[in-house]
Amino acid sequence: MLGSITVLVICQLAGEAIVRLFNLPLPGPVAGMVVLFLGLMIRGRIPKSLDRVTRGILGNLGLLFVPASVGVMVQTDILAAEAVPITVAVLVSTLLTMVISGVTMQLLDRQARKDKP
Amino acid sequence: MSFEPRAAWDAVASSPMFGLALTLLVYQGAIWLFERCGRRPLVNPVLVTMVVIIAILSVTGIAYQTYFDSAKMVHLLLGPATVALAVPLYRQLPSLIRSWPAVLATALIGSAVALISVVASARILGASPAVQLSLAPKSVTTPIAMGISERIGGIPSLTAVLVVLTGVAGAIFGSWVLDRARVRSPSARGLAFGISAHAIGTTRAFQEGETQGAYAGLAIGLAGIVTAILTPLLIGWLTTI
Repeated sequence: MLGSITVLVICQLAGEAIVRLFNLPLPGPVAGMVVLFLGLMIRGRIPKSLDRVTRGILGNLGLLFVPASVGVMVQTDILAAEAVPITVAVLVSTLLTMVISGVTMQLLDRQARKDKP
Repeated sequence: MSFEPRAAWDAVASSPMFGLALTLLVYQGAIWLFERCGRRPLVNPVLVTMVVIIAILSVTGIAYQTYFDSAKMVHLLLGPATVALAVPLYRQLPSLIRSWPAVLATALIGSAVALISVVASARILGASPAVQLSLAPKSVTTPIAMGISERIGGIPSLTAVLVVLTGVAGAIFGSWVLDRARVRSPSARGLAFGISAHAIGTTRAFQEGETQGAYAGLAIGLAGIVTAILTPLLIGWLTTI
């Protein structure tokens, strides 16, 4: 377990370094994700303990958003002043993106169409 | 020896473990409630936890910064969690090899729609430039969105809040709106959740099914990369046109 956590953290640091080194327009953790993905391709399989640790983390993703979300309480001025544009823009854009993405994938991917339940 | 409830409370509230304990406790309570309510999307655990913790902090008079500093451990895990998305991505490699052109095109189109539609509608409705910029990366996961927001001149802490609101909106209305649009394929539904509502949407996608969840997880990473590249390129044009 410790080994897998170390792998995740080292990949993130490698990502941060790569982003700086090549001046990429990417956040460090995303580059770190690419590093781990390439590592798995080279390794050819997912080590058992890494599989367990990532399932644990990804199964509780919502929890990780909590500290930032409570930040609503210090943003009340700006959120209240622009409540209508923010609410409408978030709702319209999120649902529009949801529909267009779903429809696009269903149209483009023949396999996805066959997967119809 | 004397009885000092006030001193005891101060010790708890000022402990560097306070925020961590509060976050873990309330979140598990919210998960319990969510299960008890038959996993109704409206009882979203992140939303419930946020509301309860804000109420507790307001009543006890504890400042957000004090809470955040002691809950930072949880927040910092977002980085390794983003890295961890490589694993479900790799697990889908066989189906990804088969359908990668469609997946990639969907991630590109979906992320572009997310970015353009949110900035355009916020502008039309009269949002301030700072809010428009902070909204731009709202559909991607927090560490990526905050990074983008900072780069383009938004307010990263506001972006963090808007990202959560987006995720909660997607998790609450996603299944309904996809049914309405007759999107039935599990992989298409999964991608839709991940592209539009990142990790919080992905949690919802996993509740629909394993395939939906895997594709949503894959989409978080793809949409994150695409949005990180697209936003700095398009934002100048979007906010001045």
